[in-house]
Amino acid sequence: MCATCGCSQPEEAVTISRPGEHNHGHEHHHEHGSSHHHHHHGQSHDHLHSKEVLLEVDILQKNNLLAQRNRGWLEAKSIFAINIVSSPGSGKTSLLESTIKRLNDGQIVYVIEGDQQTMNDANRIAAAGAEAIQVNTGKGCHLDSHMVHHALDDLKPKEDSLLFIENVGNLVCPSMFDLGESARVVVISVTEGDDKPLKYPDMFATSQLCIINKIDLLPYVDFNVEKAKENALRINPKLEFIELSATKGEGFDDWLNWLETNKNQS
Amino acid sequence: MHELSIVLSIVDQVQDEVFKLDAKTVKRIELEIGNLAGVEWQSFDFAWQPATKNTVLEHAERIVNRVPAIALCSDCEHEFEKEEAYDPCPKCGNYLHHLKSGKELKIKSILIE
Repeated sequence: MCATCGCSQPEEAVTISRPGEHNHGHEHHHEHGSSHHHHHHGQSHDHLHSKEVLLEVDILQKNNLLAQRNRGWLEAKSIFAINIVSSPGSGKTSLLESTIKRLNDGQIVYVIEGDQQTMNDANRIAAAGAEAIQVNTGKGCHLDSHMVHHALDDLKPKEDSLLFIENVGNLVCPSMFDLGESARVVVISVTEGDDKPLKYPDMFATSQLCIINKIDLLPYVDFNVEKAKENALRINPKLEFIELSATKGEGFDDWLNWLETNKNQS
Repeated sequence: MHELSIVLSIVDQVQDEVFKLDAKTVKRIELEIGNLAGVEWQSFDFAWQPATKNTVLEHAERIVNRVPAIALCSDCEHEFEKEEAYDPCPKCGNYLHHLKSGKELKIKSILIE
């Protein structure tokens, strides 16, 4: 059982490691259902009788509680944390690489990279000039607040910094798991379908900003930007949009301004 | 397949309760899952058996109350049931609604022995 958060969820093979380290940096191996250190409350009711117990608890209660704990910790240190979600291949890591290179020198940036396997993304981020930590979820299809909690423990981000959490590339599962972020940003690229918001509504419903990436490819694809926005607004009428190209730089100032404005408001 | 995480969270919380109450096993569990809670029913069902194996929930009868998604239109205040997240208000066509129910993801009760 994890001593910090009391979590007993099995997270086999979740590893947290820094670029240049082996994958054994911070391993949590939870045994399922055994060796719990529970206190018995001295009740000695008759086991032959069944008893109905009303619980009325949220199934994701543990994740949500730990997410709030992360959020409080981040707020106390004035760290603006952004949970970046998208399908695989829409350009999250490229977006972060360009962001790190284009941000003012004075702005400290940290990145928590979530992937099922490999250190590739954390290495790319480290090469771009930010401190990064890789969370490999093994078979897991999303990050949760427990993984982020331990990644923060390890990363120890400084006050007043920017923290990007790049979620596992998956447009379904990460939407349900609050990590304690200040804002959620969903990225879609013009090489995907403009009906994606309708197909995967939860991710658009829970995000504040939608980045439409790879706009330099618009002349070559059928993607209709206005249609995509219209579809996304049907799910979330308050969603903001920024169109950009992470590799060519078009529209990038809007994104940097958004970061600046929202960081100051948080 | 976040449904597996959801089932594992249920097992985790129920296991805690069962230990706390000094019980042996769970005979029945009642869940409440909203129609727009983001749970794919087939995946949930598929994940249930392997995830509850060798736990207190292995032989429990599972009762699931699906909760309809009831929305209140922010414009005309019309109340209606949503089948999909992107359904507009059938009266005025507006997309901004307050969801009164349909996002539930709850363990209601357990019958322990």
